[in-house]
Amino acid sequence: MADRIKLQVTRYRPEEELEATVQEYEVPCPKEWVVLDGLNYVKDHLDGTLSYRWSCRMGICGSCGMTVNGEPKLTCATFLSQYGGGPVRVEPLRNFPVIRDLVVDIGDFMKKLVKVKPWLVRAEEKPQSEGEYRQTPQEMDEYKQYSMCINCMLCYAACRIYGLDPTFIGPAAIALAQRYNLDGRDQGAEERLEILSQHEGIWGCTFVGECTEVCPKHVDPAGAIQRYKLTAALETVKAFVMPRGGT
Amino acid sequence: MTEGVPHTRHHPRWLRPRLSTYWWLQRRSYFAFIVRELSSLAVAWFVFYLLALIRAVSLGAMNYERFLAWSRNPAIVVLNGVGFLLVVYHAITWFKLAPQAMVVHVRGERVPGVLIAASNYALWVVATLAVAWLLLRT
Amino acid sequence: MEPLLWLLFSAGGVVAALLLPVLAFLFGFAFPLGWIGPPSHEHLWALVRHPLTRLVVFGVCTLSLFHWAHRFRYTLYDGLQIQHLGELVELLCYGGAVLGSAMAAYVLWRV
Repeated sequence: MADRIKLQVTRYRPEEELEATVQEYEVPCPKEWVVLDGLNYVKDHLDGTLSYRWSCRMGICGSCGMTVNGEPKLTCATFLSQYGGGPVRVEPLRNFPVIRDLVVDIGDFMKKLVKVKPWLVRAEEKPQSEGEYRQTPQEMDEYKQYSMCINCMLCYAACRIYGLDPTFIGPAAIALAQRYNLDGRDQGAEERLEILSQHEGIWGCTFVGECTEVCPKHVDPAGAIQRYKLTAALETVKAFVMPRGGT
Repeated sequence: MTEGVPHTRHHPRWLRPRLSTYWWLQRRSYFAFIVRELSSLAVAWFVFYLLALIRAVSLGAMNYERFLAWSRNPAIVVLNGVGFLLVVYHAITWFKLAPQAMVVHVRGERVPGVLIAASNYALWVVATLAVAWLLLRT
Repeated sequence: MEPLLWLLFSAGGVVAALLLPVLAFLFGFAFPLGWIGPPSHEHLWALVRHPLTRLVVFGVCTLSLFHWAHRFRYTLYDGLQIQHLGELVELLCYGGAVLGSAMAAYVLWRV
């Protein structure tokens, strides 16, 4: 097992150059090191100008998503040892504009997330005197999977539709909408339906399934989207067949 | 766009790499996806093939024989062979994805995905046998 | 509109998945190549003439064609990145499906 490995890292310094370049660094490769450890070694010992995001280093904050050897990965959860001696290609996350080096702008997602209202929407709040909203374990199981999303954006990097059409609302946003739609305490399904049933909403998805493949938290956004397509389609049919004369 | 403009704090220049037209060749899963989508062409082909067959049948025994002879043409056999493989691929991928897309609740309990997939395949076998029986009984 | 087209696509997908493989196998090469003796003309004629058969076949054809139309439309968008020709693609695909369904109706009506 080699004890050093080469990292081929994308550099983009907009104040100096118009295009991205690749810079190679050789870092130690102890068995337990992940790609993020390699990048931190570069920053600490080899090249302090390298820019990238990271935080918790344990797969829960969602900051360190990058493209490693062509695949969207959390660099804190990807071991260097699995690349058989390297070299390992580290690029910024796909489908997002690159600000600098490995740092991308995810402002587009943040806007879309707000649009789907990822919070409990209630027609009326229960007064505090009536106590808390109670939920059985089965009711929580309905949406628990979709609540695991850490907003790491790997699914957007893998989504071909998002790559082709940046107006597509995207896997994580829909999965998070579903997390609330399927929560028994929520009453906002109708409001979310309006946003999601636009063409840039769920209907742009062609169920490639890559989003589910790359999700580090097993959220299965593809499943969430397909389930929602059925729900939305049936709602549309119902509204057509039994139009409500103004709620 | 902002090419050639010096990058400043108030005029940042973000890099937006373009997607290659051949993105579907870059990963096995993307290629498999495109094959799955193109299987719809085989579906359309067999619709027309079946309509041509039914037309031939309704025009009389001779036309039916002529249709069978035409379908023996090696080019048509190859086309149908490829089409058959594509249609089977469509069926397999469709049933594989069904449990992901459909969550069924029976008496408050979620039906496990395996059961949904199994019942789809069972239905497929039943439909196949029914059609074969209808056509082959004498 | 989109949800309705998606429902047609899904129904067509199910129907095509269940029925087309066996039909493709039998009429596509088992009968022509003589692996299995093809049904006699009288038998097929009696089968096809039955109103239930005609109805089912019409349903299968129409749904399968709309399945193709919806899927192919998106394949053209995504595969060839030609969203700007969007309306033309929709006309070609769904128009084609409508025409095909009309053809199916005609053929089955005149059995």
